[in-house]
Amino acid sequence: MEEVIFNIRRFNGINSYWQRFKVPVKRGMTLLEGLYYIKENLDGSLAFRASCRMGICGSCAVRVNGKPMLACETQILNLKAKKLDIEPLDNMRVLKDLIVDFDDFFKKHEAVKPYLIRDDVFYSKPVELLQTPKELKEYYNFTLCIKCGSCYSMCPAASTRGDYLGPATITAAYRFCADSRDKGKNERLEAVSGTNGVWRCHFAAECSEVCPKKIEPAKAVQKMRKSAAGYMIKKIFR
Amino acid sequence: MVEKVKHDVVIVGAGLAGLRAAIAAAEKSRKISIALIAKTYPIRCHSTCAEGGTAAVLRPEEGDSFDLHAWDTVKGADFLADQDAVEFFVREMPKEILLLDNWGCPWSRREDGKIAQRAFGGHSFNRTVFAADRTGFHEVHTLYERSLIYPNIVRYDEHFVTNLFIENGRIKGVSAIRLKTGDLIIFEAKAVIFATGGAGRLYGFTTYSHQVTADGLAIAYRAGVPLKDMEFIQFHPTGLVPSGILMSEACRGEGGYLRNKYGERFMEKYAPQKMELAPRDVVARAMWQEILEGRGIESEHGPYIALDLTHLGEEKIEERLPLIREAAKKFVGVDPVEELIPVRPVAHYTMGGIHTNVKCETPVKGFYAAGECACVSVHGANRLGSNSTAECLVFGRVAGEQAAEFALKTDFKEIKKEEAEAEEKRIFDEFLGRSGDENPYDIKRELNKVMEKHFWIFRTGDEMKEGIKKIKQLKERYKNIEIVDKRRGFNTDLLQSMEIGFMLDVAEVVAIGAYTRTESRGAHYRLDYPNRDDKNWLKHTLAYYTPEGPKLDYIPVTITRWEPVERKY
Repeated sequence: MEEVIFNIRRFNGINSYWQRFKVPVKRGMTLLEGLYYIKENLDGSLAFRASCRMGICGSCAVRVNGKPMLACETQILNLKAKKLDIEPLDNMRVLKDLIVDFDDFFKKHEAVKPYLIRDDVFYSKPVELLQTPKELKEYYNFTLCIKCGSCYSMCPAASTRGDYLGPATITAAYRFCADSRDKGKNERLEAVSGTNGVWRCHFAAECSEVCPKKIEPAKAVQKMRKSAAGYMIKKIFR
Repeated sequence: MVEKVKHDVVIVGAGLAGLRAAIAAAEKSRKISIALIAKTYPIRCHSTCAEGGTAAVLRPEEGDSFDLHAWDTVKGADFLADQDAVEFFVREMPKEILLLDNWGCPWSRREDGKIAQRAFGGHSFNRTVFAADRTGFHEVHTLYERSLIYPNIVRYDEHFVTNLFIENGRIKGVSAIRLKTGDLIIFEAKAVIFATGGAGRLYGFTTYSHQVTADGLAIAYRAGVPLKDMEFIQFHPTGLVPSGILMSEACRGEGGYLRNKYGERFMEKYAPQKMELAPRDVVARAMWQEILEGRGIESEHGPYIALDLTHLGEEKIEERLPLIREAAKKFVGVDPVEELIPVRPVAHYTMGGIHTNVKCETPVKGFYAAGECACVSVHGANRLGSNSTAECLVFGRVAGEQAAEFALKTDFKEIKKEEAEAEEKRIFDEFLGRSGDENPYDIKRELNKVMEKHFWIFRTGDEMKEGIKKIKQLKERYKNIEIVDKRRGFNTDLLQSMEIGFMLDVAEVVAIGAYTRTESRGAHYRLDYPNRDDKNWLKHTLAYYTPEGPKLDYIPVTITRWEPVERKY
C-alpha cells in the first residue's frame, strides 16, 4: 500500500485554503475512490460531485496538477506522483470545495437549440426516419459529449470572456447540424455567430487535448465557424 | 420564512422516466406549469448508465409480435407480473422508439437505414433497439434536449427532495433543499410524480451510480404509501471486478461467452437452450454456483467468471460494444479484443417499488410513480434485460399524462406555514444539529456488508433472520450519528447522511419481505425453499410503514392469458 498526498483546494463559502490529506492507495484505486476515502474517514465536510463512477454522467471533473480530468476514471498510481494538487474546474464560479456552478454552462447549451428541428414530425404520430450507418457516422462521435466541463475549464477564450459559449456548447450545435435528419441548421448558425460565439475561439485546441471522451470539440468549433462565415455572407446579400 | 413555489405538476427525478413524464405533461397542455426537480443535473442521472438497449416490437413483418414480447416478459417475470399491465406496456413501446428517433436519438442502424435491433436475454426475438452500448446515455440526452423546447417545464436542478405533504389521502406537494444555498423550498402542487430510481446502493458491489439511494422509495413509504415486491432485487450476471461497473448483457447478445476456470461454457449445464442468453436470474445463479463449487477464477479481489468476447473480432466490438471496451481498458487494463473480462454477479435493479396501478396511480390521490421507483408490475420477480428503459419511457409518459389531466381538473391544497416550519426544524435543527458518536459512512458500509451477506443471490431463513437483526441494530446506531459539516451551502455531508437513513428503511423492507416469502421465484431464491409455490405465493407483497418496522399485506397477481407453467430455458 502506497501513500499519496491529496492536496485539495478548499472553499467553504467564505475562505479559500489548501488542505492536505494522506490517502492509502491500492493498485487500481481511482481518484474518486480517494476522495470518498477522505470524506468517509477523514473529513465529512469535503464536497465534490460524483455519480456514475464509470465516465458517462460527467459529474466529477476536477483539475489535478492543473489538468482537468474525470476523477472516476483516473487511476491514482497512473498519475505517478507522491502529491496531487486537486482543484475545482476553472472558468466557473466555485460553490464549495471541488463543486463549481454549472447553471451558466447549461444555459449556454440551451441557447444553441441543441435538439432536432423538423416541422414534419408529430407527437401523436411519430414515423421512422431513415438514416444510413454512414450518415450516422458523420455526427455520432460528437454525440458523446458528457458535459463534464473539462474543455470549458481549459479554454483560453472562456477565461477572457465569461459569456463565450464554449467548446462543449458549440459541439452540441454542430452535432445537430451534421445530423441528416435535422432541418434547423440556420437557426443554430444564428445562435453561434454572435459576438459570444465561434469567432471568440483562439484555436488553442486545448479543449480537444483534455476531452475525456476524445470528441475533438476544436474540430466541431472550426466546422461551425466555417459554416457561420458562409451563413453571415449569405445573410448580408439576402 | 420558508420559500414557497407553486406548480400544477411537480416531477421528482429527471432520469428517463422523469424527463419523459415532463414532456408528456407539457404535450398534454401548454397551460399547466411543470416543475422538474432532481438532485443532480438531469443528464447526470443513473439512466445514463443503461447500456444494452430498449425492447420494442418494431418488425412484425419479420416475425415479432406483441404476444411474443408479452409472453417473454411474463415468463421472465416468473409469473409475478400483472399481465394486463404487460400487454399494455408492449403495445405502447414501438411509438416511444419512433418518438426518440424523431427527437434525434442516434439509434444504431441497419444498412437500409432502418433502426437496428439485437438479441437479449430471455427475449425470443431480436427486438432490443440500441444506440451502440450507450443506449441509456443517448436516450437521456435526447429527452433532456427535447425537454428544452417546452417553456412550461421549469427545471430545479440540484434540489434534494426531503418529504411529501399529504392531507386526507390527497397530495399537496413536496419539500426540497436547494443544494447551492441550503435553503428549504416548499413546492405546492396539484399532482406529484416520483421518478426517483431504485435502491441499488443498498449493496456495495453494484452497477448503480452513487446517487441511487432509494430516496423516493423511503419518502413515499414513510408517508404511508405501500412498497410492493421489494424482496425482488435483480443481480446482473456481469459486473466488472472489482468496481461493479456494468458489462452490458449486449456482450452476450452480440455473441459473448461465459467461462469458468476450466474454460468451460458452463451455461450448457444450467440452460442448455438459451445458454448465456437465459434470463438474468438464471445466469446469475449459475455463475454463483460455479463460484461456490470452486470453478471460479481466483484473483486478489476474490473468484470471478470470465466474459469472453475475443472471438467477436475488433471491428464488431468497436461498432457494437465500444463503451465496454473503453471501460474494461480504463478500469482493469483488459482489452476485450484479446483478453477475458473478469466479472461476477452484481446488484443491478429493483423490481419492486412504490405500489401503482397501470395508470401510475398510487393509493394517494394526485400522487404518481413511474420508472424504477414504481412497481406496476411489469417485471414481476425478474426483469428481462432492455425492459427497464422501455418501462421508463412508457410509464413515464403515462404518469405525465395522468398527472396533467388530474391537475387540469383540481385545485391546489395549501401547505401550511406550520408544516413548512416543522420540516425545516426536522432537517436543520434536529437532524443536522444533533450530536453523537457514530460516523454515518461506517453505517452505510456495514449495511452494504449485511445486504451482501444475508440478502444476496442464495438466501436462507436463518441467514435472513440474522440479517434483519443487524439492520435493526444499524437503525438504532443511525439515531446517534454526527454530521461533521454544519454549514448550509452545498452540504453533501447532510445530503448523504439523509440518504443513508433512506437506505436503512428500505433495506428493512427488502429484508422482511424476503424473509417472509417462503418460496423461490425469479430473483428471490431460497435454499430452504427451492421451489416456486403458486398455491401460496402467487401474490404481490405490500409493505406499509409502521414505527416498529414494515407491516406486510398481499394482493393477487392479475392473470389474463398465461397460466403459470414451469420455467425452463
